[in-house]
Amino acid sequence: MASAATVWDGRRPEQSWLSRKLDDRRVLAALFMLPVAALLLTFLSYPLGLGVWLGFTDTRIGRDGIWIGLENYTYLFEDPVFWLSVFNTIVYTVLATILKFGLGLWLALLLNHHLPFKSLIRAIVLLPWIVPTVLSAIAFWWIYDPQFSIISYVLRGIGIIDTNIDFLGEPWNARLSLIAANVWRGIPFVAISLLAGLQTISPSLYEAAMIDGATAWERFVHVTVPMLMPILAVVLTFSVLFTFTDFQLVYAITRGGPNNATHLMATLAFQRAIPGGYLGEGAAIAVAMIPFLVASTIFSYVALARRKWQQGGSDD
Amino acid sequence: MTEAAAEKAPVITTERTGVINWDSLPRRMMVIYVPLILFLLILLFPFYWMVITAFKPNAELYNFTDYSPFWVSSPTLEHINRLLFQTDYPRWLWTTMMVAVASTFLSLFVSVLAAYAVQRLRFKGSQWVGLAIYLAYLVPPSILFIPLATMIFKMGLYDSPLALILTYPTFLVPFCTWLLIGYFKSIPYELEECALIDGATRLQIMWKVTLPLAVPGLISAGIFAFTLSWNEFIYALAFIQSSEKKTVPVAVLTQLVEGDVYHWGSLMAGALLGSIPVALIYSFFVDYYVSSLTGAVKE
Repeated sequence: MASAATVWDGRRPEQSWLSRKLDDRRVLAALFMLPVAALLLTFLSYPLGLGVWLGFTDTRIGRDGIWIGLENYTYLFEDPVFWLSVFNTIVYTVLATILKFGLGLWLALLLNHHLPFKSLIRAIVLLPWIVPTVLSAIAFWWIYDPQFSIISYVLRGIGIIDTNIDFLGEPWNARLSLIAANVWRGIPFVAISLLAGLQTISPSLYEAAMIDGATAWERFVHVTVPMLMPILAVVLTFSVLFTFTDFQLVYAITRGGPNNATHLMATLAFQRAIPGGYLGEGAAIAVAMIPFLVASTIFSYVALARRKWQQGGSDD
Repeated sequence: MTEAAAEKAPVITTERTGVINWDSLPRRMMVIYVPLILFLLILLFPFYWMVITAFKPNAELYNFTDYSPFWVSSPTLEHINRLLFQTDYPRWLWTTMMVAVASTFLSLFVSVLAAYAVQRLRFKGSQWVGLAIYLAYLVPPSILFIPLATMIFKMGLYDSPLALILTYPTFLVPFCTWLLIGYFKSIPYELEECALIDGATRLQIMWKVTLPLAVPGLISAGIFAFTLSWNEFIYALAFIQSSEKKTVPVAVLTQLVEGDVYHWGSLMAGALLGSIPVALIYSFFVDYYVSSLTGAVKE
């Protein structure tokens, strides 16, 4: 072995300077990180900073703004529509998340049984999540039509209601209709992710619990839920994050109406910034979402870290 | 959830002493199949409604008393015909396809390099870089679109598909990189060491050893990227103005509604046709999709 090492120095002599450099781990790593760094710094980090800056200016479309300090924020602070959008965003996020997780967990538990046509069922379940949100939102728009709503038709047929429900014309009806559409779209992601979590739980844990005389409910509370906790935390963070910043569904179905009653912060920011032209004010509304997002991100990181620690995994 | 579990409980307790026969058929029907079928019906109904509406003649569409709304008595291609030949729909489809394919390939290229560097080349602080990329995924487009719009305007890219091709990777790259880091992790490092001992350069190892093994990962990252960019809405709405350059989701919503007249038939046909490409791709690769989705979340 030692003699071999003296004969062959481990490097092929014909290598040029360039290919030697390319074979250097650090040079190659730097080269490989270059595109991602350029892309994310230009189109993600920079706009994030620019957005915060824009929030302190009176920029309009086609006109550079000047620094006006907190004026946008003091204006928004006294703007009832802004507070309504904050209220709507919170109601929307909380209700939709509770329903998505309740129903999604239930669906995941159902799918975790031995079922015929397993892959077909799984494909159907994922469908709402795959199809472009706006396009399924248009279907909901039609389902919620004041005159030709199929829901009103069925309920009238059964005799529950006498007149058509005005799904999108009344503030609370509109909010709840939007939440229902969001839940419909969100269930698949929650269900499939939690199903993956359920399948990693070892059956022996359930067997042990059964031998100890645990009821189904006790097994659920003391085995399923704790074992599902880490993945639940991650999925929850994502779900909350994307529900809180949702735009498409509301824009497609109500555009914030009736009378701004269903504006979320994202749709209000768009409304003020792009059609309204007040980029600075829109940016300020978008920036107002950030504290919440930071909080959920930290939560996500803590949950991820806890999971690694629980499994005794190394920090790579 | 609670009701289901609660109604399960008493049944199990009575049988706790005997042989475990809680899988009896009627019980299984009530507890599993009935709710499952309800779930599937509700999840499928909007699609059914979309299809039915797209093929219904207007006479049936707006007349629930003479025709059952749940069925089409005389299907028509009128709406699809109008969509394909009297609107810019084919162009929208083409634009969307082009933007989605271009941004997918751009994102895959960038992500493969980044994921390989983070997971296999292991430079100093690479785990922090990996974390930063993961965090980038958590920055939602609804915060970024206003500053991006001003940037796009200054760069002279406003109303150009290039604006979308360059901005979509902001949410595609973090996701794909994250997914590929997980995938590279599952490929045994020993294979690369063998190649290294045999005298392969690092580029050769990546190109000839790791990437061929990572093809399933690349496919699922590609599917994700394609569907995400096909579904993207807010950037396409904010950065594109002229009708013929719009993407399908934006165009269906903004171009097919003429004033207060909603052509529901054409709208549904537009939504249906716009959903088919992603549905097709996804049906071919559903297993890759599910395993990588669940794998990514497990990571």
